[in-house]
Amino acid sequence: MHLRYRAAYGFLAPYLLIFAVFWIWPIISSFIMSFQNTRVNPWVFNPGATWGRLFIDPAFYNALKNTMIILVIQVPVMITLATIMAVLLNSPLLKAKGLFRFAFFAPVVVGEVAYAAVFRLMFNLDFGIINKLLLSIGIPAVSWFSETPAAMSLLIIAVTWRWAGYNAIIILSGLQSIPEDVYEAATLDRVSKVKQFIHITLPLLKPIIVFCVVLSIIGSMQLFIEPMLITNRGGPGGGTETLGLFLYRQGFASSNFGYASSIAYTMAVLAILISLLNMWIGREAK
Amino acid sequence: MKSQSRSTLIRSLSLHAVLIPLALIWLFPLWMMIVFATMPDSGIFNPQIVLLPSTHFIENVANLQADTDFIHALMISFGVALTYTILSVLLTSMAGWALARYNFVGKSLVVAVILGTITLPYFVVVIPQFIMVAREFKLANTWIALIVPPLFNSLGVLFMRQAFSMMPADLFDAARVEGVSEWQIFLRIALPLARPTMAALAIILFLASWNNYLWPLLISSKPSVMTAPVALGSLVGLAKVSWGGIMAGAVLLTAPIIVIFILLQRHFIAGISAGAVK
Repeated sequence: MHLRYRAAYGFLAPYLLIFAVFWIWPIISSFIMSFQNTRVNPWVFNPGATWGRLFIDPAFYNALKNTMIILVIQVPVMITLATIMAVLLNSPLLKAKGLFRFAFFAPVVVGEVAYAAVFRLMFNLDFGIINKLLLSIGIPAVSWFSETPAAMSLLIIAVTWRWAGYNAIIILSGLQSIPEDVYEAATLDRVSKVKQFIHITLPLLKPIIVFCVVLSIIGSMQLFIEPMLITNRGGPGGGTETLGLFLYRQGFASSNFGYASSIAYTMAVLAILISLLNMWIGREAK
Repeated sequence: MKSQSRSTLIRSLSLHAVLIPLALIWLFPLWMMIVFATMPDSGIFNPQIVLLPSTHFIENVANLQADTDFIHALMISFGVALTYTILSVLLTSMAGWALARYNFVGKSLVVAVILGTITLPYFVVVIPQFIMVAREFKLANTWIALIVPPLFNSLGVLFMRQAFSMMPADLFDAARVEGVSEWQIFLRIALPLARPTMAALAIILFLASWNNYLWPLLISSKPSVMTAPVALGSLVGLAKVSWGGIMAGAVLLTAPIIVIFILLQRHFIAGISAGAVK
């Protein structure tokens, strides 16, 4: 028995070593740094330079506001769309299922840089295919990159395009795990498909949808590559700067590690609060 | 009976009438990536609507090569992603095996801490990771820096633990009675049985490494170790740059992944949904 203990630690050791060095220590380290002024040598304890500054920094509130706007609009839109996709993909009447699944899921495997570049070209003011198509049906061209609401919409469209299929696949796997006989009684009683969906399917899907919502919120909260590459470093004039991009600018463009750590911990606290809130909502019905 | 089949037909038609346009919208950016990648710059920045590919792909690749050594960057990306995937599957399998099949002091603590990191924003760890790797270990612009810090993967461990804990215990106990060592049991019996799970995990990890942007952006600035997403990202936003070239690069970056995805769709989807369905 004793030997088997030792074997278990042996199997775990390499993984735990990397975990400890590259995750556990950084989690502690950035917490400490978030109270330090890292712009002087040596670093000194000075929460006024980090947390104190954070709460009065208009750039922080701007990034927080932008991130929240994106979250509040993008996540519900995407999850609704993903649920519709999943329900339609689950229909026994559907032909060429694999093709549709490919269409919706392919964006997930495309790298952020590649899709960001394509979206930048597609939404170009004068030569972008989107504005050309809008013009051809009589809608005036939109300046996607120089007006904040349009630029925000562009980010929301881009992120929704990339991740809706991913959530649809997860919701689809949840749909497929609902046994057929759940619906049999309802079908015998001639309950309409729509009512069956609202009263049987949705409640059964609730845990998996909550899971998708939590993952999406945490993902969207860290949005960084899209505002960096699509809307050109949070343009126009910080109009699409997110918390992730603000942190990147502070931490890595200006090497202000202490301040960036306080931004990172703000994100962590928000993530924890949002997860707890969602867990609470998810549990209530049971 | 007749009206039944008729209503089925109508339902089927309306289902396809919704899904086909939706699928076309979803494929449109990928299609435009190909179209842009085959057009000369003069064609991209032109008021006409062009929806069909042209013939300038090779020229665009040459333009891209003039802007940055993209072929080299692709090879770096491939080498890093492959090494990372092999090491990560091995490490997460070993750890998943220990957590699935042994009872030891501290086990529930380890599981709880790993679970706790799932919802932790990556930005919390990336700043100290950068300071440690670049400033303290002086490992910026090395393969070690690109590969080792991302090796910690919480979902991978949980995924492997799940696969190992579903195997029948008798199998391993029988081997123990025969005097087979714990390592031999892991390598010869458990790992081969976990092959489908490892395949699904490997695909997800390879994809994540291949597309990884933030960490390589921070840690590799020299052309000799620059990965393809970083090389391509450095061109986006430059004033004088070939957009046809950037699009050709996007295609080169995306095409191998799409091919792997088509060939191994089942494993991909298994990997994605496993995280969700417990």
